[in-house]
Amino acid sequence: MPIVRVQEADFDTGRELDALTRGRTDVGAVASFTGLVRALNDGSAVSAMTLEHYPGMTERALEDICREAHARWKLIDTLVIHRVGALRPGDRIVLVGVSSAHRGEAFAACEFIMDYLKTRAPFWKREDTPGGSRWVEARESDEQAARGWE
Amino acid sequence: MVTVLFFASLRERVGTSRETVPIPAPNATVSMLVESLRARDGAWAEAFAPGQAWRVAVNQRVADLATPLRAGDEVAFFPPVTGG
Repeated sequence: MPIVRVQEADFDTGRELDALTRGRTDVGAVASFTGLVRALNDGSAVSAMTLEHYPGMTERALEDICREAHARWKLIDTLVIHRVGALRPGDRIVLVGVSSAHRGEAFAACEFIMDYLKTRAPFWKREDTPGGSRWVEARESDEQAARGWE
Repeated sequence: MVTVLFFASLRERVGTSRETVPIPAPNATVSMLVESLRARDGAWAEAFAPGQAWRVAVNQRVADLATPLRAGDEVAFFPPVTGG
C-alpha cells in the first residue's frame, strides 16, 4: 500500500522504516533512500534551500508513482515522505522506503520511485548561495534515469 | 473560466501565482490558452516564447498543448521539476 506524506517537519528515518515492518512477519526486505541537502552544489556554497511544491498535485503524483511501482513489482508497502519549505545543509529532504518479501523487488522499486519522483513530482528547489538566490536547474541525467524504466 | 496557476521560476517571471481567465474559445485547448498568455506584455511573451522549457498540468494531471480545457478546470504552468 502506498503511504505518501508532504510536510515541512523533519522525520525520524528509523521510526518511519520500523513502521513498515511492525507487527508483521511477511516482510523479508526493506530498502530505503534518504536524500539530504548538500552544502555544495554546482560549484557554489549553499547556505539554505527552499522547496516549493504544488499542493494536491504533489501528493497525487507521488501516489501514482507508488502505485506504478506496486504494478511493476511484488511489493508490500511503499513509503514516500518529502519535505517542503526552508531547509539547511545536512537536513533530510526525502525518504523512500519499500518493503517486500525479497530484496530484489525492494531495491528495484526504491530506485524506480526516486527516478520518477525526480522527474515527475512537482517540487522545485531554490538555493541561497554567495552569488544570490537561484532556482535549481533540472538535470538531463535525471531524465535519462527515468527513461531507463520505460 | 479556468483557474491558472504558476509555480517557481515561472511564477516569478510572470509576477503572479494564480488568476482566473476566460476560456479562449469553445473547444479550447492548452495551446490556445498559451497563445493568449503569450500575447500579453514582454514578461509573458518571454516566459512562453518558443524554446522555453515549461510544463503544464490540467486538473493536477500532466497535460500537453492538445489537452482540451473545460469551464472550471485548474491549469498549472511550471518549470521542469527539481525535487528529491
